[in-house]
Amino acid sequence: MQPSLERHAHLIDFAISSLLRRKGKNLSLLAVYVLIVFVIASLILFVQALRREASLVLTGAPEIVVQRMVAGRHDLIPVSYGADIVSIRGVSEVVPRFWGYYYDPVFGANYTLMVPDQSPPAEGTIVIGPGVARNQRVKSGDLLTFRGASLQPLLLTVGQILPQQSELVATDLITLSAADFQAMFRLPPGTATDLAVKVANPREVATVAAKIAERFPDTRPITRSEILATYDALFDWRSGMMVVILGTAVLCFIICAWDKATGLSAEERREIGILKSIGWETTDVLLLKFWEGTVISLTAFLAGLSLAYAHVFFFSAGLFQHALKGWAVIYPDFRLTPSLDPYQLGILFFLSVVPFVAATIVPSWLAATTDPDSAMRS
Amino acid sequence: MITLSDVSKCFNRGLPSQFTAVDQVSLRIDAGGITVLKGPSGSGKTTLLSLIGCMARPTSGRILLEGVSPPFPCPGENGLDISSLPERFLTEIRRRTFGFIFQQFNLIKGIGVLENIMLPAYPLGEPHAKLRARAIVLLERLRLERHAGSRLDWLSGGELQRVAIARALINDPAVIIADEPTAHLDSRLSLEFMEILSGLAGSGRTVLIASHDPIVYDAPSAARVIEMRDGRITAAQ
Amino acid sequence: MAHIRPSRWYMLVTGAALGFVVAAGFHASLNKDADQMDLLYRADLVRRHRLTDLSLFTEARYTRHPAMADLHSAFQDHPMALEHFPSGSFISPPALLKRNHATKP
Repeated sequence: MQPSLERHAHLIDFAISSLLRRKGKNLSLLAVYVLIVFVIASLILFVQALRREASLVLTGAPEIVVQRMVAGRHDLIPVSYGADIVSIRGVSEVVPRFWGYYYDPVFGANYTLMVPDQSPPAEGTIVIGPGVARNQRVKSGDLLTFRGASLQPLLLTVGQILPQQSELVATDLITLSAADFQAMFRLPPGTATDLAVKVANPREVATVAAKIAERFPDTRPITRSEILATYDALFDWRSGMMVVILGTAVLCFIICAWDKATGLSAEERREIGILKSIGWETTDVLLLKFWEGTVISLTAFLAGLSLAYAHVFFFSAGLFQHALKGWAVIYPDFRLTPSLDPYQLGILFFLSVVPFVAATIVPSWLAATTDPDSAMRS
Repeated sequence: MITLSDVSKCFNRGLPSQFTAVDQVSLRIDAGGITVLKGPSGSGKTTLLSLIGCMARPTSGRILLEGVSPPFPCPGENGLDISSLPERFLTEIRRRTFGFIFQQFNLIKGIGVLENIMLPAYPLGEPHAKLRARAIVLLERLRLERHAGSRLDWLSGGELQRVAIARALINDPAVIIADEPTAHLDSRLSLEFMEILSGLAGSGRTVLIASHDPIVYDAPSAARVIEMRDGRITAAQ
Repeated sequence: MAHIRPSRWYMLVTGAALGFVVAAGFHASLNKDADQMDLLYRADLVRRHRLTDLSLFTEARYTRHPAMADLHSAFQDHPMALEHFPSGSFISPPALLKRNHATKP
């Protein structure tokens, strides 16, 4: 080994022996440190993966959805609006969507019911999302009972259960035929829940939305980019909330580190004096402190990050299910697509490793610049 | 070996508490043998040792080291003037030329004996195996080999003193500087200590001791005793 | 030699941890193809059904249908409950609020 490398190896040797002297204190510090990095890294990985998922999966969503508002509340939209909207330049297709919510009082869950305009299930049969199947404990071929609009129970056969991959977009979804939908909700003739508008050129979406809002003042056009932005904001808010909580934890931790470092004990001061008196330079002492800080914080960073990766992508963020995913009657049981974003990792690194190392080195600076003969006079 | 000319050291200069610890001292210490600085506490012995040992710079006067080849280019043919060198160079000379033994031993508690001995060599980047082998040889020479793996806290006073000696020797210095080394030792251990030091002096090292312990300055191996009082040399034999 | 230096241990442990992180990166890129298939499936389902949202947590409007809900809606965190934002995203509403008056089929 080169002398300069060997010097670092020696300093690491000594840094570790020094840390091991206060074994209990430093190990518990390390444990807390790993825990904090683990929580923050889990959060970052989870939210990042979810955002990525939303932006990738929703590329196929309708460019614009037009909803009718009456007195500020959502209302059914006349299908006839569609003929007018399709005449706007840039609109290639308008399709009425028939969907709604159904609250099941027995299982206490809310389902999203929908009539697909392409190949809907045959009358009397339904296709259900995996979450519905779990919630109702049914399999393909079973009968499900719904409350119809005329108080008549409606018996529908489960024709198909959507596969596991659909969890993230369709866990609570039930698709059914238009006739069954009518039997259940009895929409007035000529109305739909909302209108899906297809716009071929993405640059025209905003203009088209403005024209729709202008032509039909009682509607609210929602663009796909707004929905994606909502997801961003949602997870920003959620992660923001978490960051506040964790920020407090990190702050506590920094205060501890600061306290530990500024309250450089008389013992540590004496040791620095001894090191200087036996021929260590100020830079040697600072390098030693650097390694002391690095041994703890880098280990904590790497361990916390590895644990967080396993936690989020192998165990679906199980420990934070409630904090990260919210509570729900129907939990989507999804596995996120693993990804590591170097930018996010860089931020995490600078947030977790650098402050601690700095808090270890800076206070030693003053102690290390004392004259080497001070140890002789003590 | 070491030449001091008109060396003074002033503390708290310009303040009401100003005092002169070393006052116009001129001295020549030859290579090899034991030199004892004798005098009551506060006579300036420790300050003089720290000036010679490159721990502090004199306020005025010059200190010349001969037979030292520093790892940096330096002017002057008849020795190296250490009184005006920047701190980095002073440290460099100090750790290659001097070994220190302190009154309080100044060992690092909680870590191993072997590690304590190797500490002064750590910043030099010597290969670990070589350094360790050297430290073990020193341990054997000072009859500490059975303590190689021990923690410092388990050692007796005499053993601690020998660890301090071993640490002073790890960089193979030409000069050993000891400040009141027997202050915490009983007579038997003090005699043993002087025996070890005379052995070192016999092997060609220069040994400088500051002490007011008769066991030290009356020792037959103390080739030269310099008496100090109020920062000045009052007698030399 | 039986003696192993602490710095060697440290290098070993750090190297192993770094290995884990690198392995995680590999794992992320290794599964890309299989993950891509799943992603494509979901994207196709979204297109065919003209879906607009992820079905994340069905009981809060700002997760299940964040953009679809009424602007001034009152019944949101639970189908039967008054909205109790923001704790609604973390804690289920009290039992009293979950009572419903609908007749069972």
